[in-house]
Amino acid sequence: MSSTKRKPTMLEIAFAQAVKSIYVRFWRQVAAALGVVLGIAFFASVRTSQALTHLAPSGTADAEWATRLNWLSALSLVMCLVGISNSMLMSVTERYREIGTLKCLGASDRFVVFVFFLEALVLGVLASLVGTILGIGVAIGARAISDSVPDAPDVILAALRVGGISMLVGVALTVVASVLPAMQAARMPAAAALRVEV
Amino acid sequence: MNSAAADGQVPHHESELIVRTRDVAKTYVLGEHVVRALDGVSLDVHRGEYVSIMGPSGSGKSTLFNVIGGLDKPDKGSVYINEVDIAQLTPSELAFLRCHTIGYIFQTFNLIQVRTALENVTLPMLFAGMNAEEADEKGAQLLDAVGLGERLHHRPTELSGGQQQRVAIARALANAPAILLADEPTGNLDLRTGKEIIELLRRLNDERGVTIISATHDLKMLDVSDRIVYIRDGQIAKIETRGDLELSLGSVEGIGEEKW
Repeated sequence: MSSTKRKPTMLEIAFAQAVKSIYVRFWRQVAAALGVVLGIAFFASVRTSQALTHLAPSGTADAEWATRLNWLSALSLVMCLVGISNSMLMSVTERYREIGTLKCLGASDRFVVFVFFLEALVLGVLASLVGTILGIGVAIGARAISDSVPDAPDVILAALRVGGISMLVGVALTVVASVLPAMQAARMPAAAALRVEV
Repeated sequence: MNSAAADGQVPHHESELIVRTRDVAKTYVLGEHVVRALDGVSLDVHRGEYVSIMGPSGSGKSTLFNVIGGLDKPDKGSVYINEVDIAQLTPSELAFLRCHTIGYIFQTFNLIQVRTALENVTLPMLFAGMNAEEADEKGAQLLDAVGLGERLHHRPTELSGGQQQRVAIARALANAPAILLADEPTGNLDLRTGKEIIELLRRLNDERGVTIISATHDLKMLDVSDRIVYIRDGQIAKIETRGDLELSLGSVEGIGEEKW
């Protein structure tokens, strides 16, 4: 073998497979991503209005309103959790057969999980980014319509903080909700994975 | 690098056992029913043989297929591939076995939908650590060998059932396995296409010396098999060799040309 030819590493094969998977199943992936986008947008918007209220209590803002926002924030996190894990679970479950096939071709359990990890990572980052921008934008916009917005530097700082948290929550939830069922599918006997009909 | 093509041309060693099962039993629990899919199956398969496992649906032949292929674990008994008890293998050793020693063909083809014909065939080679250029070259050769040299870059959805099964066969041969396991390979194909696939399998068996074990209830398989193992209720009901068949089906055309 000439030295210019090199063997693709497992990471490269997995990455190529993940990219193909996203590309070919584009609309299915968009549907799954929408669940993440909406969940994160809701979470980010609640967190943003919470931050804005904290920065400059508006006319309507009082202690009761702040408590209510806290509840809303917690609720949005739960919604995120349910929405994201549901859409990711679905998209992994409908691919059990593919997992069984990959194993028949000699894929290690680790490779299978890795493909799903990469896919979820790409999906999670993109969807969370869209959701975060959407959520923060809507919250600031709504505040601008109903009330005055605090000073720009403060708002930007708050938005960045909320954005960071939202991205983290979104990506982490997407990856965990995808990798856990993928791990389970990879660990089961290939015949069982092939038998699963969705 | 060990040339995989050379491995494919292993001559027939009729005496060498490649698959051995001993008292294999497997039960499934379906709701309240306990289904005894396999009930003490002991079977020897020699290198280079073409063995058909016949039986009605629910007879346990698919379970036997899964157990031999290391896709499912038996509850009792052992399966030896090349005299290695596969129950003793770690998951990664099992993955290695699936990658290098066994090729799988399914009734439903099970191609990776997001990959083209060539990419499906090269995937096992990449798993085996081959470089991409060499894999592409060898994959094209294999697709050519199964009659799909013109359709390298078609996706599974752009291929007919028979063509998809040919891709699956080429993919199963990717790492020049010693054993080709086929589970109802003609089950989703029409009569003529099914016959073509069976002829292709027989040709690969002759040319490459690959051992073929096929679970089927397609009677067209009878013509080409060296041995037929009849499974009923999870047990081996009888085993017929080609010689027996020619005696009982002597008038069927296409069996044993030396007779004519």
